[in-house]
Amino acid sequence: MKYPIVIRVKQKRIAQLVSHGKRLDGRGLTDYRELQIETGVVGRAEGSARVRLGKTEVLVGIKIDVGEPFPDVPDKGVLTVNAELVPLASPSFEPGPPNENAVELARIVDRGIRESKAIALEELCVEPGKKVFIVFVDVYVLNHDGNLIDASAMAALAALLNTKMFNYEVKEGEIEVKPGYTPLPVRDYPVAVTFAKINDKLIVDPWLEEEQVMDARLTITTDKDGNICALQKGGYGYFTTQQILEAAKIAKEKAEELRKLVVKG
Amino acid sequence: MVKKKTEKLIDKNNLRVDGRELNQLRPIKLEVGVLGNADGSAYIEQGKNKILAAVYGPKEIHPKHLAAPDRAVLRCRYHMAPFSVQERKSPAPSRREVELSKVIKEALEPTIFVEYYPRTSIDMFIEVLQADGGTRCASLTAASLALADAGIPMRDLVAACAAGKVDGRLVLDLNDVEDKEGEADLPLAWIPSLNAVTLLQMDGRVTLEEFEQLVNMAVEGCKQIYQFQKEALKAKYIAVKEEVQE
Amino acid sequence: MPIFYERKQIVTPGDLLAENDYLAGENTYKEDGKIYATRIGLVDYDNRKVFVVALKAFYVPYVGDLVIGKVIEVSLGVWLLDIKAPYPAVLRASDALNRPFKPQRDELSAIFDVGDLVIAKIVAYDRTRDPLLTVSEPGLGKIKHGQIVEITPTKIPRVIGKKGSMITMLKQETGCQITVGQNGVILVSGKTPEDEQLAIMALRKIEEEAHTSGLTDRVTEMIKNEKRGV
Repeated sequence: MKYPIVIRVKQKRIAQLVSHGKRLDGRGLTDYRELQIETGVVGRAEGSARVRLGKTEVLVGIKIDVGEPFPDVPDKGVLTVNAELVPLASPSFEPGPPNENAVELARIVDRGIRESKAIALEELCVEPGKKVFIVFVDVYVLNHDGNLIDASAMAALAALLNTKMFNYEVKEGEIEVKPGYTPLPVRDYPVAVTFAKINDKLIVDPWLEEEQVMDARLTITTDKDGNICALQKGGYGYFTTQQILEAAKIAKEKAEELRKLVVKG
Repeated sequence: MVKKKTEKLIDKNNLRVDGRELNQLRPIKLEVGVLGNADGSAYIEQGKNKILAAVYGPKEIHPKHLAAPDRAVLRCRYHMAPFSVQERKSPAPSRREVELSKVIKEALEPTIFVEYYPRTSIDMFIEVLQADGGTRCASLTAASLALADAGIPMRDLVAACAAGKVDGRLVLDLNDVEDKEGEADLPLAWIPSLNAVTLLQMDGRVTLEEFEQLVNMAVEGCKQIYQFQKEALKAKYIAVKEEVQE
Repeated sequence: MPIFYERKQIVTPGDLLAENDYLAGENTYKEDGKIYATRIGLVDYDNRKVFVVALKAFYVPYVGDLVIGKVIEVSLGVWLLDIKAPYPAVLRASDALNRPFKPQRDELSAIFDVGDLVIAKIVAYDRTRDPLLTVSEPGLGKIKHGQIVEITPTKIPRVIGKKGSMITMLKQETGCQITVGQNGVILVSGKTPEDEQLAIMALRKIEEEAHTSGLTDRVTEMIKNEKRGV
């Protein structure tokens, strides 16, 4: 666990500005950085997308494989999300198996997709109890400049929307590939909105230096109908219930804006 | 083996599978100072949950390069015993345990005066001996007592409780069946004197209105648990005082 | 009067003790004009400040304190001691030798070895480094015989008692030499093991009942009963 040492003068400046409703890069408290989404960037993957949120860059690749279902849900496909904080993305990322930050990131993205039932897993069953499709969502962080969660969640959604599965027929319990592709059945569009609390004020989409100064962060994921389907508070500080409820309202609005950008692409 | 889904989680009398009312906590038993070697410890039983929490520290941190020059570093390990769940769980840390270790640590740290003990570590170990839903909340409740038992100065205790949606109704303190088969589970940790939420997560799906109700419900549950915590801390000393006065 | 508890009531971390004009004393903190307890203990106050006498706390080094520590490492020119604090304590070879340390000639483990108990005094301590000890005063140095009792450091004042009343009584009634380390480590040295056991029993009772009143009398009575073989 590393505690990055931030320049104290900068810390003060950021906190001061936020108290006056401003941010170091000129954004308003509820403004996102510039968002760029590119899909189909990795040919070999069944689906992929690269998101640039300000300078944060995340690449998500989707691979589909055939495997066994979980014993307690024999008739549904399997979703598995993994995240890698690749060392080249930041001086604070070290090589090795996923640490607690990578695990948390993967699980938050997973919850958004899973709890909103974004993927119609029941349509991914080949033979109940024996063969189902497994959707591997691999989140690859390429550059860390803050708010990996929202960038990763959007990249995962864009990648899923970009995913095509080969057509197939089941003959004598075996899968026979046929020509053509079908899009992966995606029914909902979960979007995560992350807040940072600085000097008792909430800001959306914290950039790296704001993250290093913040007291705590709160991520709220909503589905296409504005229902909340995942929540995660992180960091060493806290929120009051009022701040949480206020954040939920803002999250619903911002998610709607972001969703339009991801889905249309 | 396919698990059979429970027919109805809430019956027509508004009672749950274990006979509780919608707004009712499971029975809780708390004991402080249960382990001889740890600097502080606590044991909780909440419904069928049985969890042990132990604290070592503040002490010199090893490996030394992890030290922070101006504060104590809190480290936390949430771990489930292989025999704690229905199907034996491998002793190796799962991704869920890694995530819960992190969120529990982050929920406790705001209460500790870490700046008093630079270059040290405070190590928190949580072992779930038997699990029945809501283990992260029960763990937090016990962990907070273990810290107080270790004599580590704190701003306040942390109490934790989950609220959720089961069979379309909003309920307090979900057990394992309700967590697995219900529509939403929202664990929350609360620091009373600061009016602060230090752990908040959710699995499931709820509307904004339901969300607001769940947050308030969970906070109310935490307030009840906080009273149990205070009693448990004082219990040992009050017993001695009463004995002596006879 | 903006104090919410009576003297000597048990309070827990987070309990609101007082508001406004009081100062935050030991084991409390002040925020927004309100004073809260930080440890479990007995609350007390005087005209100006509110404080809590902790029922359990670990030792934090303080310059001038007499402590009893255990040697855990023999290093180059120093010994490291465990004084039951968050930090190990350092004893320099030059302090024990009363002259500069000569690496080729001086065998440090011959003076104090790992596992030895030492009575020392803290001469320096601040946030940026570990506490520094000295043994160059009379009464300090290696412990050669006796038994050790460890109690929580916050109860040491009770062991000593008002104007030394408790410790004096203990020494008289048990005939033992008792050295009290501020870090909660107490050395009991008597003519017979039975005498030492008596003293140890008494110390354990003090630790257990430190938060009650009339303790000195009860301990005296217990010792007298034991000696009579009751």
